[in-house]
Amino acid sequence: MPEHTPTLAVEDLRTVFRSKAGDVAAVDGVSFSVDRGEVLGLVGESGSGKSVTGFSIIGLVDPPGRVAGGRVLYKGRDLAGLSEARMRALRGREIAMIFQDPMMTLNPVLRIDTQMIEAIRAHERVSEKAARARCRDALGRVGIPAPDERLTAYPHQFSGGMRQRVAIAIALLNAPDLIIADEPTTALDVTVQAQILYEVQALCRDTGTALIWITHDLAVVAGLADRIAVMYAGKVVETGSTDQVLDHPMHPYTHGLIGSVPSENRRGQRLSQIPGMTPSPLALPSGCAFRTRCPRADAACRQPPDMVERVPGHAARCFHPHLTGEAVEVPA
Amino acid sequence: MSQSTDAPAIAESPAATDYDALSEDVREMEEGSAATLGTQTPLRRFLSDFAESPLAVGGFVVFVLVALLAVFANVIAPQNPYDLMQLSILDGNLPPGAPSANFGTYLLGTDDQGRDMLSAIMFGLRMSLAVGAGSTVIALAIGLSVGLMAAYFGGWLDTIIMRIVDIQLSFPAILIALILLSILGKGVDKVLIALVAVQWAYYARTVRGTALVERRREYIEAAQCLALPTRRVVFRHLLPNCLPPLIVVATVQVAHAIALEATLSFLGIGVPITEPSLGLLIANGFEYMLSGQYWISFFPGVALLVTIVSINLVGDQLRDVLNPRLRR
Amino acid sequence: MLVYFIRRLTQSVVVVFLMAAIVFLGVYAIGNPIDVLINPEADQAERAAAIARLGLDKPLWEQFGIFLGNALQGDLGTSFVHGTSALTLILDRFPATFELAVAAMLMAILVGIPLGVIAGLYPDRAVGRIIMGGSILGFSLPTFWVGLMLIMVFAVFLGWLPAAGRGDTVDLAGVPVSFLTWDGLSHLFLPALNLALFKTSLVIRLARAGTREVMLQDYIKFARAKGLTKRRVVGVHVMKNIMIPVVTVLGLELGSVIAFAVVTETVFAWPGIGKLLIDSIGNLDRPVVVAYLMLTVFLFIVINFAVDVLYSILDPRVRLSDTKG
Repeated sequence: MPEHTPTLAVEDLRTVFRSKAGDVAAVDGVSFSVDRGEVLGLVGESGSGKSVTGFSIIGLVDPPGRVAGGRVLYKGRDLAGLSEARMRALRGREIAMIFQDPMMTLNPVLRIDTQMIEAIRAHERVSEKAARARCRDALGRVGIPAPDERLTAYPHQFSGGMRQRVAIAIALLNAPDLIIADEPTTALDVTVQAQILYEVQALCRDTGTALIWITHDLAVVAGLADRIAVMYAGKVVETGSTDQVLDHPMHPYTHGLIGSVPSENRRGQRLSQIPGMTPSPLALPSGCAFRTRCPRADAACRQPPDMVERVPGHAARCFHPHLTGEAVEVPA
Repeated sequence: MSQSTDAPAIAESPAATDYDALSEDVREMEEGSAATLGTQTPLRRFLSDFAESPLAVGGFVVFVLVALLAVFANVIAPQNPYDLMQLSILDGNLPPGAPSANFGTYLLGTDDQGRDMLSAIMFGLRMSLAVGAGSTVIALAIGLSVGLMAAYFGGWLDTIIMRIVDIQLSFPAILIALILLSILGKGVDKVLIALVAVQWAYYARTVRGTALVERRREYIEAAQCLALPTRRVVFRHLLPNCLPPLIVVATVQVAHAIALEATLSFLGIGVPITEPSLGLLIANGFEYMLSGQYWISFFPGVALLVTIVSINLVGDQLRDVLNPRLRR
Repeated sequence: MLVYFIRRLTQSVVVVFLMAAIVFLGVYAIGNPIDVLINPEADQAERAAAIARLGLDKPLWEQFGIFLGNALQGDLGTSFVHGTSALTLILDRFPATFELAVAAMLMAILVGIPLGVIAGLYPDRAVGRIIMGGSILGFSLPTFWVGLMLIMVFAVFLGWLPAAGRGDTVDLAGVPVSFLTWDGLSHLFLPALNLALFKTSLVIRLARAGTREVMLQDYIKFARAKGLTKRRVVGVHVMKNIMIPVVTVLGLELGSVIAFAVVTETVFAWPGIGKLLIDSIGNLDRPVVVAYLMLTVFLFIVINFAVDVLYSILDPRVRLSDTKG
């Protein structure tokens, strides 16, 4: 495989929040990359730092948080060194973001056309008319009927699913090369969720846009992502292709996650759950942060484990990984 | 004027008066529960919380000093400014620091009657504080009873009372005072009536809001189950829990009452010339100020300002300390 | 919308009626209306005529009817001092007060909103704290004393601006205004500044609180993620959201500014209705006082009504809940 530059490569990213007890790392040495046309699923429970990772990439971490280390290479360029003006020019044009709660992402007192046209005109000098035409197309592409009428409506006149489509249409407006989607379907009905998943996937395939899909829901990324990165307590604990991670999870945490998802294959069996709670970033266990909840933990786990690629393309941060050959068994 | 019920939250009560910020905080308090101040030693905890802000402590100290000056004015003041025997018209309009024939120096100068301004300010402070605090106490008593009644009995009584409160609060305090005083005429008692009329509605609203929240709590239910008499439930159980937000409102209201009284007296429709407050002193100096004799108006104004600011500083901190929403 | 409008209108009419009753009761029941409304210098025949005209020999409720009827026809009595209709007297003075109030409101908005937004964007920086400290001081300073100090500094010591009066006026659509002449403008500046002080503090607080709240919303982050400039995010997304509560409150405050103009007009000898009121109280010219109170109360209710309606037009969410309801 020839040397190439991925659309986005995150290297050893570290984002901290200032608190009374000193700096607390919400994202602690995260690395991954996404290629053109690829979909990366960034999976983790709430508080694992996955959303903060998304905001760190696009440069929207607000005080008391700040990006404290690592590199964010967009097409080989390190974004950390960019001025706020250059970063702004990049946001929305090359890297777009979709948020979790569609009810909150559109400004309630501005009309849809205002909010869409400004997204185009922030980056290009185009006439109002041309911009409007592009907005209409974008709305049509995400499956909003009668886009002409809907353009002059206010957000509250849309349902949640429709609003998320509008948000997606806005993200697509400038044909970005990377979209970061932060749990965009979590707040939606399951049927709407499926439609939107399908549409986003199709759109990315068509345009070659790289997509980072942040979610806590393994079932969502199973059908969508090409590769998966699992996050726990601010660190990536496992990466690999979707098949590798889902069929042969190495990290006990991933294992637990999969065990807790209802599935056709295990009908009738009890769902397992991971014992204990997500640790507070203020009081992480030393060494492997998962060890206090891990069935495989032993004394070795008091040292921090490294990311080890045990199968080509499939790495885990664990001293005692489930290795290929072991069946995915549900812990009793 | 009350908003219609389907108006959104932000428009719920855009109080048409000087008290928006305050009423916002009160609303916050109405939503939260009244503070049960700590578990072990409520007073200690309260004091240490209060002392966290040096500004508030400073305000409190200054206010105590001001109050002492006012209370002991007839002892401390170099002269009795209203004993005409002690005044010498020849000493009229002397600048600050001028020597006096009768005693040391006129530290803050004299007015047109040859009155020592420092003494006049102390006596004026006394009147201002008395009217401000007096009206607050009376209005508090009325507002408290009315508010508790509205909350405890509910129904049509509540509706009528709160309608009156809403309508009254939609007019600015000064307009209400102007209406009353132009009907009633001058006099300390009339000013007192006007200030009470202006203030009572704030207390009624605050008390009712807190009491409604408290009424739904288990301990009131328990007290009712024990068949305690209504009077006992209201005064022994409901009332103490309504106090913290009330204290905050009352503190700020004292400052407002003092400022309003000064304004009314300045306009010449407040206290009579024989019992001047700070506002009247300032008004007296107005004509001389245009010829550069600033001290007759300036120093009473400074005294007024210091008083109001010190009370407001205390009030701000009390609001933070007593607001359960902000507690850690 | 129409239902809301009608309900709101009914409410306003009821309040006007109530306030008229209160003023009526104040004048007729508490005071002696013969003393209040009839010139003490009038002779016996004049008194008798006035009593008959006002119906003071009739029962109270009938008198109230006559009072209301007269008021509706614009007859609020005749000034003892000026000998003209009290209503005409007030309407003649009203433009001066209105000009002052509008100038003060404009100042409060133009100064208060930017400062409040800055304080809201940077609540923990020195600039934010200084602005807030200034606003707390603005709340504490009594208006009349600030007026005196403004006169002392700018008129007496520095001699830059005049201390009293309206200065030269020009007629604008038949109404004399000050702001179109340099002299008038220089006379307008200090009183407007004085009257604006309190409202500026209020606007700063509102704008700051609104900005802080809005800045935390997801839609602001989304707007930034779209690559909008900070100017656009603050100027459009934040501004449009905070303008709704600010406009509502300020609209309601217009009435209170007119009421507070009493103080500023007295200090700066500004020939508006506030000064007229204080002069009339001093001169025992009670018909003018009654007319002032009735008109101000009426104005207040009209303003409250207008603001409510305007509000529902400004905020799309209110409109929706109404079309649904």
